[in-house]
Amino acid sequence: MLSNSPPLADLVSSNIVIVAGKGGVGKTTVTAVLARAAAERGKRVLVIELDGKPALAQLLPGLDVRHISAADALEEYLQEHGFKRIAKRLAATGVIDVVSTAAPGIDDLVVLGKIKQLERSGEFDLIVVDGPAAGHAITFLSSASGLLDSVRAGPVRTQAEDVAALLADPERCQVVLVTLPESTPVTEMIETSFALEDRVGVQLAAIVVNQVDVGPAVPDPTDVDFGRATAQVDDACAAAEFRRSRRAVQAAELARLSSELPLPQLRVRSMPAAGLTANDIVALSAMFDGEDSGDDSPAASEVDAT
Amino acid sequence: MSAPPALVGDLVDTADVIVCCGSGGVGKTTTAAVLGIEAARRGRRAVVVTIDPARRLADALGLSGGLSGEPQLIALPVLEGGAAAGELWAMMLDTPAMFDKVVRAHAADAEQADRIVANRFYRNMADALSGTQEFMASEALHELHGDVRFDLVIVDTPPSRNALDFLDAPGVLTRFLDHRAFKLLMLPTRTGLKVLSAATQPLLRAIGRVVGSEVLADTVAFFQSFAGMESGFRDRAEAVGLLLRASSTKFVLVAAPQHDTVAEAVWFAQQLTANDFSVSAAVVNRVQPHFGDGTVADAMSRSAAAHERGHDDVAAMWDNLADLRTVADAQRAELAPLRDAIGGDLIAEVPQLATDVHSLDALELIAAHLFAR
Repeated sequence: MLSNSPPLADLVSSNIVIVAGKGGVGKTTVTAVLARAAAERGKRVLVIELDGKPALAQLLPGLDVRHISAADALEEYLQEHGFKRIAKRLAATGVIDVVSTAAPGIDDLVVLGKIKQLERSGEFDLIVVDGPAAGHAITFLSSASGLLDSVRAGPVRTQAEDVAALLADPERCQVVLVTLPESTPVTEMIETSFALEDRVGVQLAAIVVNQVDVGPAVPDPTDVDFGRATAQVDDACAAAEFRRSRRAVQAAELARLSSELPLPQLRVRSMPAAGLTANDIVALSAMFDGEDSGDDSPAASEVDAT
Repeated sequence: MSAPPALVGDLVDTADVIVCCGSGGVGKTTTAAVLGIEAARRGRRAVVVTIDPARRLADALGLSGGLSGEPQLIALPVLEGGAAAGELWAMMLDTPAMFDKVVRAHAADAEQADRIVANRFYRNMADALSGTQEFMASEALHELHGDVRFDLVIVDTPPSRNALDFLDAPGVLTRFLDHRAFKLLMLPTRTGLKVLSAATQPLLRAIGRVVGSEVLADTVAFFQSFAGMESGFRDRAEAVGLLLRASSTKFVLVAAPQHDTVAEAVWFAQQLTANDFSVSAAVVNRVQPHFGDGTVADAMSRSAAAHERGHDDVAAMWDNLADLRTVADAQRAELAPLRDAIGGDLIAEVPQLATDVHSLDALELIAAHLFAR
């Protein structure tokens, strides 16, 4: 089944890949796997985390992982635009809060501007961004177009134009969407993907579906003859019914996803409750090892993580 | 191994306010709705304030009409035990509308309120000033708490980057106004921009250079029209802060049985305690059932025996049982830090259901599990 994975090149063909999806769907895992897989292929990879508690450095030993916060990026931006001496004081007096409220999206814009600057530095072949959580992805990525509407001139406008150009160029930037094979996450992801295409105009590279149950088939308990055994047979039957039911829900949601969003789909097996380690990331990134088979036809694939 | 129903039951019987908190994607809104349903079944007049619920959950709660400043009465199904003795209301927070309401309540007159509400900087605040959504959720909580129609308010906290934002929420605006920048901007109320003090000029130049003069003018106008309202906001923030710390306000942590969300719940429990709030219960959603009292080894040995006899389909059944028990055991182990942090008797588990939850019936089913009905 490994050879059925969409080639890594389909997922990370641009200079920057932004991984987006709502909280709890496993964005960080996908970020780490893409970064690890690309690094193993000799690419110079930079990983960027935007918020939350830093977790990626632990999952990706040896890789360049950086944290960019909106406050720091805005302060740096002000320093670079003629406020060298007073930038610190501006932060202390609350001007940064005032500025980011006066021009909504400026905090997101300066973060994207910072990422653009790193891309333009030429130091990296691939920048993977662990995107903002929840519904922030659309707000984050539409910050440039929003500011183009409200700011007529000056450095912010230039910055917004540069970022809008970056997002519109599929060779420079694409988005990988992450979801779970359940009703609400799938519905929200379909809405997010349309919003990203319509309002941001950014290219969607692929969908990653985490937590897909790809274990061996479980028979229908009514078809199974346990013979004379009785102990725990009821438990086994209840467990089989439970798993078949959960799988039916997953299959229906995956089918809906495929029909509504014709994008390459990467399915990743259920994750351990204990949380991922750096070794799990290495194991998961091996899902792309079959890509040299020349088999580029399947739109979807199922991958065993262990 | 399962829920301590008495405790969560006590909570919905006695609390005036329940705040549901936890990281994103763990089912906070579902838990808030389930607690509301149970409270209504027990005769209370409960109102659930949700923030951006998933659409099907909103449908289940009768909120498909979208944002509404007004609580809606939910028609609960009549169960075998009879109709609900109390009432369940639900409301989806409309942050900008709530903000307008608060401004109007604090403004000296309608003219001041109109001037603020029409200002572009002000209108940006609802979206752009971080913490505004939490601030308005806390305002809604305070307002509903004083509403005679309800005797229990259940709040589903916004999916924030930092779970503690909600606790800081009442002070968001006053802290913003306390910035020195604000004080400086307030000075030229009468004289206009031409005679700004030397201290103000670099600040305004900074803002103007970054965002343009038009936006700057809006900003200055906002701060000027806001003059005189700070003390009202400050008093209100104190009142909301007191309500959050009242002994009849209970915090319920919501988590899922995975390493990362448990770690976050533990961290959050510690922060609550350190800030003089108390965790009254933790609800762990989507705990995979263990399927009987047997062990993984039991299932594996039965699988091996079935394989030996060539009964592959029977072996597959036992393998599946072993798989699911392995997951259940792993989840239980992951919950250990939460048990250590808040005490095992405060944790209630909701089993993972065989189908997705998005109807009132499914919420009733979860309530039945959680409260062992």
